[in-house]
Amino acid sequence: MEEKNSFVREVAEKKYEYGFTTNVETDIIEKGLSEDVVRLISQKKGEPDWLLQFRLNAYRYWLTLEQPTWGHLKMPPIDYQAISYYADPTQKKKQGTGEIDPELMKTFDKLGIPLEERMALAGTAVDAVMDSVSVKTTFREKLQEKGIIFCSISEAVREHPDLVREYLGSVVPYKDNFFAALNSAVFSDGSFVYIPKGVRCPMELSTYFRINARGTGQFERTLIVCDDDAYVSYLEGCTAPMRDENQLHAAIVEIVVKERAEVKYSTVQNWYPGDSEGKGGVLNLVTKRGHLRGANSRLSWTQVETGSAITWKYPSCVLSGEGSQAEFYSVAVTNNYQQADTGTKMIHIGRNTKSTIISKGISAGKSQNAYRGLVKVASTAEGARNYSSCDSLLLGSHCGAHTFPYMDVHNNTAVVEHEATTSKISEDQLFYLGQRGISTEEAVSLIVNGYAKEVINKLPMEFAVEAQKLLGVSLEGSVG
Amino acid sequence: MSAEKQYIEFFGEVRDTIAIRSCDEMNAQRETALQTFSAKGFPSSKVERYRYAKVDADFSPNYGIALTTLTEQLPPYCFRIENAEPRVRALYNKVADNADSIVALNTMLCVDTLVVHVPKGIRVEHPIQISNILKGEQDTMVSRRILIVMDEMAEADIIVTDRAASQSRFLTNQVIEVLMGDGSHLSLYEVEETHLLCTRFNSVFVQQGKNSSLHHTNLTLFNGHTRNRLDVRLQGEGSEVTANGCVIADKMQRVDNNTLIDHQAPSCQSNELYKYVLDDSAVGAFAGKVLVREGAQKTSSKETNANLCATSSARMFTQPMLEIYADDVQCSHGSTVGQMDEAALFYMRQRGIDEREARLLLKAAFITEVIETIPLESLRDRLHVLVDKRLRGELSKCEGCKLCQ
Repeated sequence: MEEKNSFVREVAEKKYEYGFTTNVETDIIEKGLSEDVVRLISQKKGEPDWLLQFRLNAYRYWLTLEQPTWGHLKMPPIDYQAISYYADPTQKKKQGTGEIDPELMKTFDKLGIPLEERMALAGTAVDAVMDSVSVKTTFREKLQEKGIIFCSISEAVREHPDLVREYLGSVVPYKDNFFAALNSAVFSDGSFVYIPKGVRCPMELSTYFRINARGTGQFERTLIVCDDDAYVSYLEGCTAPMRDENQLHAAIVEIVVKERAEVKYSTVQNWYPGDSEGKGGVLNLVTKRGHLRGANSRLSWTQVETGSAITWKYPSCVLSGEGSQAEFYSVAVTNNYQQADTGTKMIHIGRNTKSTIISKGISAGKSQNAYRGLVKVASTAEGARNYSSCDSLLLGSHCGAHTFPYMDVHNNTAVVEHEATTSKISEDQLFYLGQRGISTEEAVSLIVNGYAKEVINKLPMEFAVEAQKLLGVSLEGSVG
Repeated sequence: MSAEKQYIEFFGEVRDTIAIRSCDEMNAQRETALQTFSAKGFPSSKVERYRYAKVDADFSPNYGIALTTLTEQLPPYCFRIENAEPRVRALYNKVADNADSIVALNTMLCVDTLVVHVPKGIRVEHPIQISNILKGEQDTMVSRRILIVMDEMAEADIIVTDRAASQSRFLTNQVIEVLMGDGSHLSLYEVEETHLLCTRFNSVFVQQGKNSSLHHTNLTLFNGHTRNRLDVRLQGEGSEVTANGCVIADKMQRVDNNTLIDHQAPSCQSNELYKYVLDDSAVGAFAGKVLVREGAQKTSSKETNANLCATSSARMFTQPMLEIYADDVQCSHGSTVGQMDEAALFYMRQRGIDEREARLLLKAAFITEVIETIPLESLRDRLHVLVDKRLRGELSKCEGCKLCQ
């Protein structure tokens, strides 16, 4: 028994293996938020005036708003003046040859992000973002041959201002919500992707986000534009060090999908979830939305959410192009004191639009896991079709699983279906596996993986393996 | 606050009149209710449970307010509150949600309460029918209150019908409180067949003891604007509730059903089935929440909402919610919004049934699923006839009811 306990403890302690801090000198601006800070960020990034005005408008609008409280979450109060809005770990090397600080390289090596040679083997182009700044984007030249633009958003502002200006804020306007306004005012970096007409992106594009510096928030912004008949698959991963404070992550992802184009967006979110007492952890408050503008366009969101103390996000799709199709696949795992209120919104505007929602929630420990989704069929969406299915699995008697689906149907030709189930792992299944000599812990892990398979199968290969491992680790020690 | 103001002012004027006509138990609650109502006002659509209702607009028109009492001649087990046992009288306003301003308004203005009290171990042979008939030349607002107390092992069937006998505008604010003792059984049916100028706010609050079972069916056959709220608290282990409903709405009708099944004790069961048929520009809403509290293990719950929109201007909002804090549970919910099966229509037309009739048959069949769950055979048969008539547009006045003719 003693031995078993020590093993469990060991596992529990090593649970979050990305919890280290990197010792790089980081240029952090003073804590607090004011118009001057917004101007300072803009100035540090050498931005044009229109972007500064965009930020200022957002900031002024943000001041008029109050933080929303409708989520099924117990949120610690956020002191927006106690956060530093800009941290740049690359400052110090700028005088040098443009080489990346070896410490930084080590960080990304530890995380298993292929920044140099290994990237060639992995065949993935990576944009790595640490704190507020994009550290390095790989494979740029090869992509350029095809006319694909993949760079940090600050570079895009400098080099492709027309494109950025046309699309920035066109899917998620700064007036969208409280956190979107905040992000629009202070967003630091993120990725920009443009796939030109008829181009099929030859490799997976990937962004890796990491919060490193203490007392900072991360406000990145991703903008993906996929022109007619183009295709791209985009991956996003995130980690943060273990800290006993709550760190704020308020990002925006905007996706524009044009005629017959297809975008696949996959996320493996593993921000630091806080310790087993519920102390610390990242507050993940993100606005993600895709606009299917063109006819027969397609967008799919796939997410595996295992980290963050609080996850509050709804990757959404606005289906305005005729015959456009959207999919949402999600696995959200909460353990200990984690809380999640996540789901999606499918807004059908165009004719014959289709959407599918598959959501799997797993809650363990003392966590709360909620699915909240909206399916709206506008009166213009003749023949719209939606299928939603959300299942919740409960491990332990102190956790909660909740489902809040909203369906607003304004068209009689629409067919909308929703179904949900909530249950615990069946004793029969556990008994069956136990009979065959499989330990309870392993059996639970098998069952959970089987349960999440439907979603994990939608992930690109490399991510699927990582996601499966993550599921195992997040639930370790929660059975018994 | 303008809509609220007329009610607050009116209450100020008639406070004494009401007090004289009413009894102590009811009068004792009025001032608190007034405070709640004045402080909160009518809920806006930002209040989650009133998301789909238009309370302010419904209460705004200038109604004459009825302050009538019940007659002395009441059937067995039914009493005016002042004639009920003191123990039963004391239960007044104990189950209702007093923080709700619609309930508070009822508590303020309601003059008399109909008490149905079934003593321990009594099985009431014949169904008790409570007919509410709205009649009058003037636009009238009515506050109604019913208190149903089922003692241990008591059994009864209660049918509450709402009808309108004249074409004036009516606004009804009804509160039904139900207390169910251990092992009691109650079937409670509500049937509304009024007209387009009638607005009905109906709030039903139920508290269930050990091994008790409730069968609640709410049928909205014809109405103007209706909002039904049903809150069931399963407090005793092993209690069961079946809450079904169906709605047939067309023209500019609006029906909003809002239910909460609160599983507080282990081994309880709940079943919910709501079906809507919406035609013309009707708007339907269904929001059903199943709450399983910590410790309410072995809960089994099923919630289904199916809706048929027959025209492109009909709208449906649906929101089946689960909030679960216990792990050993089996809960599921499903909801659908769709239109009529073209293949079925085609099949019937092939066999010489004209399209109008075929559509009618499909609608009737859709609703039948709810009616078939009703255990009371005579009511079931009558409802089949009523639904058929309703779908043919022939339901104007209730036949067979002497009071209206």
